[in-house]
Amino acid sequence: MGKKKEVDDRFKKFGTVSFTAITKVNDFIDYLEQGKVMASRCQTCGMVFFPPRADCYKCLTSDMEWVEVSGKGKLVSYSKLEFAPIGFGDDLPYAIALLDYGDYKVFGRIADNVPDDEIRVGMELVTRVNELPNGQLNYVFDRV
Amino acid sequence: MGKVGIIGVGQSAFVRGYPGSIRELAFEGFRDAVQDAGVSSQDIDASVICSAPEYDKQRSPAGVFAEYLGLVPQPTFYMESLCSSSSMGLRVAYSLVKSGLHDVVAVIGFQKMSEISSAESQERMGRGADIQWESPFGTMMPAYYAMYARAHMEKYGTTPEDLALIRVKAATYGQVNEKAVYRKPVTFEMFSDPESPMSNPVASPLRVGDCCANADGSSCVIVASEERAKTLSQKPVWIMGLGAASTAVNLAGRDLFTGLTVAQEAGDQAYKMAGVTPKDIDVAEVHDCFTIAEMMAYENLGFAQPGEGKELIKSKATYKEGSIPVNVDGGLLSKGHPIGATGGSQLRTIVLQLRGEAGDMQVKDPEVGLVHNIGGVGLYGNVTILGR
Ligand SMILES: [Zn+2]
Repeated sequence: MGKKKEVDDRFKKFGTVSFTAITKVNDFIDYLEQGKVMASRCQTCGMVFFPPRADCYKCLTSDMEWVEVSGKGKLVSYSKLEFAPIGFGDDLPYAIALLDYGDYKVFGRIADNVPDDEIRVGMELVTRVNELPNGQLNYVFDRV
Repeated sequence: MGKVGIIGVGQSAFVRGYPGSIRELAFEGFRDAVQDAGVSSQDIDASVICSAPEYDKQRSPAGVFAEYLGLVPQPTFYMESLCSSSSMGLRVAYSLVKSGLHDVVAVIGFQKMSEISSAESQERMGRGADIQWESPFGTMMPAYYAMYARAHMEKYGTTPEDLALIRVKAATYGQVNEKAVYRKPVTFEMFSDPESPMSNPVASPLRVGDCCANADGSSCVIVASEERAKTLSQKPVWIMGLGAASTAVNLAGRDLFTGLTVAQEAGDQAYKMAGVTPKDIDVAEVHDCFTIAEMMAYENLGFAQPGEGKELIKSKATYKEGSIPVNVDGGLLSKGHPIGATGGSQLRTIVLQLRGEAGDMQVKDPEVGLVHNIGGVGLYGNVTILGR
């Protein structure tokens, strides 16, 4: 599935600045465009991977299927940045965070609309697709 | 098969904006170690050159350095594991000697962080994390460690004030270490003074005062077989235990956020190999790239139970006169953190301590010392135990 180009560099659309253009999990971007954040699952052993991977290190197979990251996760930790790396300054301030879904965890950002004083370790959040002002796509953790 | 000893240690001063090229910087640490060992370049059978390569304009610095330091035609090669590169270099040198392949090996660590701008440097350091899945969110080293700090505070009630005490200790010794980049005192009050840069937020809950000082610097550790060490050196210090570990680069692949699993695992390996326990350690150097990193090291190395690291710093147990002196050379926080040189500098401090040559920083009569050196955000961990 997904649109195929001569050089499939769809992944350059991931995040404020992407450092990767070509990967075997480029379909991740197509799903983001459809409003879905996807993990991958090994069709042999059933292990779910986030971030999604093209290959299972346990089975040494590349037989993976996409599964949606859905429902609520628990906030493991977060940090609000006052300084940013080159290329990210316009996004400041923003908070990076980790959400625990039980079978896997998701690393990303907390949505800008969640007030600082509401953020608590252990709180439940959902992962949703977010379009950045520069037209790039990422995902953020938002209130349930 | 005999022991492996350290016969010479050296380092350059850690400075901002070193006024020379990287080969000249490496020369300073190397000369210091060679003179300390009382050997010449031709006594050295091989060299291991260690740094984090993303800072260098020079591709493959090993060959350039070997020529500049008079270490040709002996073999030389490059070794990297981010901030723990030179501890990993020591691990490799140990195995080269232990295998009998070489008798004397020099481990040379260096970093000229000012080779590129500080904004570029932050961005490149961030790329030591997962560039495909994390860096696109705008990650930085302080923010990752800040997430560990937040988790530690949440679980154990550790406070920003507890962390500030670690910086105050570091500055106490940075002031007396003539090799340190940050020689000024830091007071506890500065952290609550909005006028002080120390109190400025970087990545919550970490502030400027919680972060180590970038620096340019080089270090060198010369190791030798037991036989050669006894011939060449009056006071060899022996490598008793070595541990090393790795973990998932992406935080999503980890389970522990109140400590570093690589430190626990590397520590366990090193203690077992050395046949000692945490109680036997008389002086330690830990990787305090951020104050929280030292706090976690106390716990991961078994100096304190998980969550009780704060009691060690509150009671000043990790000061020079305390029960387990830690980073009494200023640590990365005040001495500075030139990535590839850091492990070698930590090893140098412990060697000088065990020889009783640490001057104003000398701990009373230590017999066993430990070095904890971490690469990336707990991605690589090296623990080395040394003894007289
Ligand atoms: Zn599998």
